[in-house]
Amino acid sequence: MAEIVSLQSAVAELVSDGDVVALEGFTHLIPHAAGHELIRQGRRDLTLIRMTPDVVYDQLIGAGAAKKLVFSWGGNPGVGSLYRLRDAVENGWPAALELEEHSHAGMAAAYWAGAANLPFGTLRGYSGTDLAARTTVRAITCPFTGEELAAVPAHRPDVGVVHAQVADRSGNVQLWGITGVQKEVVLASARSIVTVEEIVDELEPRPGAIVLPSWTVDAVAAAPRGAHPSYAHGYYERDNDFYVRWADISRDRDAFTAWIDRHVRGTKDVEEYHRLLAEESVAA
Amino acid sequence: MSATATYTADEMMAVAAARRLRDGDVCFVGIGLPSLAANLARATHAPGCVLVYESGTIGAKPRSLPLSIGDGELAETADAVVSVPEMFAYWLQGERIDIGFLGAAQIDRHGNLNSTVIGPYDHPKVRLPGGGGAPEIARSVRDVFVMLRQSPRTFVERLDFETSVGDRVRVVVTDLGILEPGTDGELSLTSVHAGVDPEQARSATGWELRVSEGVSETDVPTDTELEALRRLEPRGGGEWAKM
Repeated sequence: MAEIVSLQSAVAELVSDGDVVALEGFTHLIPHAAGHELIRQGRRDLTLIRMTPDVVYDQLIGAGAAKKLVFSWGGNPGVGSLYRLRDAVENGWPAALELEEHSHAGMAAAYWAGAANLPFGTLRGYSGTDLAARTTVRAITCPFTGEELAAVPAHRPDVGVVHAQVADRSGNVQLWGITGVQKEVVLASARSIVTVEEIVDELEPRPGAIVLPSWTVDAVAAAPRGAHPSYAHGYYERDNDFYVRWADISRDRDAFTAWIDRHVRGTKDVEEYHRLLAEESVAA
Repeated sequence: MSATATYTADEMMAVAAARRLRDGDVCFVGIGLPSLAANLARATHAPGCVLVYESGTIGAKPRSLPLSIGDGELAETADAVVSVPEMFAYWLQGERIDIGFLGAAQIDRHGNLNSTVIGPYDHPKVRLPGGGGAPEIARSVRDVFVMLRQSPRTFVERLDFETSVGDRVRVVVTDLGILEPGTDGELSLTSVHAGVDPEQARSATGWELRVSEGVSETDVPTDTELEALRRLEPRGGGEWAKM
């Protein structure tokens, strides 16, 4: 059964230095508040898994939390580069970053296999590309047709972290809209943390919504506006301007560190973070 | 047809790509120029074009251009929203997609693409975002459309890294013209945009670019196309190609 706790204690109890951690959310419902809490608590040497390590992992990598990244597309969507990711890979700042690189289809298959408790996922993919030689993928032969397919090892993170719209007081979680690989990452992980916009008395049935029963989740924590600058369908929109601004904030090491010190290390929680952003936007 | 309208190179690219989409085509769309082209086709000659974004939205009908492939408007206007594993397994690998758009940092004469790294993989000069959906899009859709600006830095003799294979590339739309593969799979220049000399395209290519006999001139964007295009552009048009 999920315990309803603060995000601080969820991260303190469930995430250790050196863990394999997957924060998922495909453009929508990205668990930024949880990423910030990992930075505040100074987690280090993490292996970070994520299909699209966008701004949330740029922050974690630049803050020195990561030793390895497992991913398939590392950019600032619609904007361009992730400068902290690039600085780590190109110049080893703030530390060298090991890469394990897949395609989206390979990552999705690996999460699916993890959720299904299978050792590997299967797909038609990687063939003919240079990616195959650079990542953990093997060719396997279909026992029925003889077709050669790609096998990717299952993702089995120590901790899976997602953001959702709501949970009830028993810790049942509901999310809807673009749901990405969130169900798979929670089911594939040994432990899981779900942050939510709000905790309600009763979940309202919604067609197409995913429900994660309380007993599949370890900790549920309220984190209102906890996906920002990503969005929560039905709650608030994507802060497109922030993604554009992130390019300027993150291009320079000192500017990045100053931003993290002020907005993440310098705030107690997601509510203080938003208060600060609001103050700054009034001042601007 | 408008003889006087001015338009940007990006707009010419979007128009040239949009014209190649047929009504009813199911298109796997990335962000930026491909999204602009596919939405333009839907707003003009191909209203039945089905836009599929890899975030899981099938049949999205955005009113203006989304900044990301997962904007809320895509989910709200879609015929169906599916999970990411389902998107890649049932829909893409299931070969239910007709057209896939790809961009890249480098292309070679066979339409193979690099979106992974410039320089050696272990000691990159520029670490690019990586393949994302490209490796499987390139081998699962019927026709691959490539959109990228033409320069010797981009159109290279040898890729630094092969992210996706070129077998299904049917057309490459650039800011200078249109390239299509011949029977041997090598790209050749089949059309140049207004005001572009084929020699200009050849000197913007890092290999000896073939020029088709009877290379044509691309029709300039019509007023109808430009009006539809500008209604879609959220910030009044911009530098889409770099995205």
